[in-house]
Amino acid sequence: MTRQGRSVLLALAVGGLLAAGGAALAQDKPVDPLETLEAKAADAKVAIDTVWVLAAAFLVFFMNLGFAAVESGFCRAKNTVTILAKNFVVFAVSSIAFLAVGFGIMFGDGTPFFGTHGLWFVGGADGSPATGDAYQGVYAALNWTGVPLWAKFFFQLVFAGTAGTIVSGAVAERVKFGAFYLFSFCMVGLIYPVVGHWIWGGGWLAQLGFWDFAGSTVVHSVGGWAALIGALMLGPRIGKYGKDGRVHPIPGHSIALGTLGVFVLWFGWFGFNPGSTMAADPGAIARIAVTTNTAAAGGAVAASVVAWLLLGKPDLTMILNGALAGLVAITAPCAFVSVPSSLVIGLAAGVLVVLSVLFFDRVRVDDPVGAVSVHLVCGGFGTLALGLFAQDQFSPGTTGNGLLFGGGAKLLLAQLTGVVAVGLFVAVAATLVWGLLGAVMGIRVSAEEEREGLDLGEHGISAYPEFHAAPAWGPGVPAAASATSGARVGAPAVERGR
Amino acid sequence: MKKIEAVIKPFKLDDVKEALTAAGIVGMTVSEVRGFGRQKGHTEMYRGGEYSVDFLPKLKVEVVVPDDLGEQVLALIAAAAKTGAIGDGKVFVTPLLEAVRIRTGERGERAL
Repeated sequence: MTRQGRSVLLALAVGGLLAAGGAALAQDKPVDPLETLEAKAADAKVAIDTVWVLAAAFLVFFMNLGFAAVESGFCRAKNTVTILAKNFVVFAVSSIAFLAVGFGIMFGDGTPFFGTHGLWFVGGADGSPATGDAYQGVYAALNWTGVPLWAKFFFQLVFAGTAGTIVSGAVAERVKFGAFYLFSFCMVGLIYPVVGHWIWGGGWLAQLGFWDFAGSTVVHSVGGWAALIGALMLGPRIGKYGKDGRVHPIPGHSIALGTLGVFVLWFGWFGFNPGSTMAADPGAIARIAVTTNTAAAGGAVAASVVAWLLLGKPDLTMILNGALAGLVAITAPCAFVSVPSSLVIGLAAGVLVVLSVLFFDRVRVDDPVGAVSVHLVCGGFGTLALGLFAQDQFSPGTTGNGLLFGGGAKLLLAQLTGVVAVGLFVAVAATLVWGLLGAVMGIRVSAEEEREGLDLGEHGISAYPEFHAAPAWGPGVPAAASATSGARVGAPAVERGR
Repeated sequence: MKKIEAVIKPFKLDDVKEALTAAGIVGMTVSEVRGFGRQKGHTEMYRGGEYSVDFLPKLKVEVVVPDDLGEQVLALIAAAAKTGAIGDGKVFVTPLLEAVRIRTGERGERAL
């Protein structure tokens, strides 16, 4: 037990004794010691829940570092500063946008499509930490959790920030810094909160029986769709595709940094999913921690095997994407499925993500870090998996049973409706915002700046000023001629062209 | 004087250095270089795509010795850097016109 928990219990016990003593002395003013004890216990629960929610939120905040490390590691050294800058400011932008209006749109009472009450600066009336019918205020959609309003806000803010930061990787190495900056404001202040209202704000999808525990759709698919539209509208990086249509890989400059980032993300997910209970419910948070971890493990193992079989080598970047795929996929169902089911979901996501990365490469959607495959594809898959694997026993009275556990197709259809509706809305909204930005200021840097690197063009500094070696490879040097010779990486030096 | 430039496999540096210091050679310059010979590089894989690495990382060792030591040092380097596999590298020898020890102004072989 935490130190806070212990001192709260101590206070509770002392308070109880004092109350009992007081009642014995003051005969004319009887105080029910049990009632006092109950009140103290309720206070203690609020304290413990709040500490849990905030600690989980701090873990999710840490995921910003994970994204920054993965994305900069998977891109070239000449674009490191701009990627770090994007990932850094996006949380600052999110903090202001979500405070100013995002939270109000998402959780304010109002229409089934967006909130209308308490819109600005979380300024509506609020009765937290009272729950259920006892709650008096305009953020009724969150009245199920007994923590103070600012704990609710902060926890939701770090999720909004995650949705914003997902976009960064897919548009990396060619997007104008200013365009991304403004897009992030619209994303976290408007697009994300509207979808969030539909699902977590008591909107129409929630009423339809659509479930997303921690945000496979609300956070990851929304980020993934905005990322896909951005990547499509920007077009591929110079050199990614040859004139003959061949795909030229552009290797990231630090797989070490990328791996570090995925470790941070995996760690942060222990706040993302178990924290979404928004209460220190021992059984639930322990089980969710295990379903989350098991799915990540399944994703990593499946991706390594599939990459090994399909590509000839267990490409580490694919294994890293695999772990993230498992994590994204289990995010929606983590509270509603058994641990064995979470393994199946993770394994499936790990297979899916490798195929998806290869698919998007082939259809010429240049996504340097695999953000679309991880967040959109596996976010959608995880949301649907909830409709298959959910079991009523874990959160009675919520999802009911999924298709594979005798609950019929009702839940799966609701999930499918949500996936499609959210996809359509975000695709249209993101197209409008990226399009508007493109018309007003342009969203892509000049070809000259792209070749030189965005670090110098956008920010005027380089990430590694002491190193200036040119890469040993180059786009435009097709591997076709060599592929026939049998010389492969890792193979003992085989002379070619002999 | 002779300048001997040896392009070798990076992991062979220690062997070459030890062979030369054991023979009484004091001083050498090493730089990281990239290049290819008849092997013409190799291919690597990244996220399912193959790409060619034409310029492989090598080390270049430069040593300047008196004329009469040239043949011996050349043989020492060639022996120490040899694995017998493709990509062992090459040794080049050129005549050298002049050398100066900057601190003292000594010239020629006295500067070595």
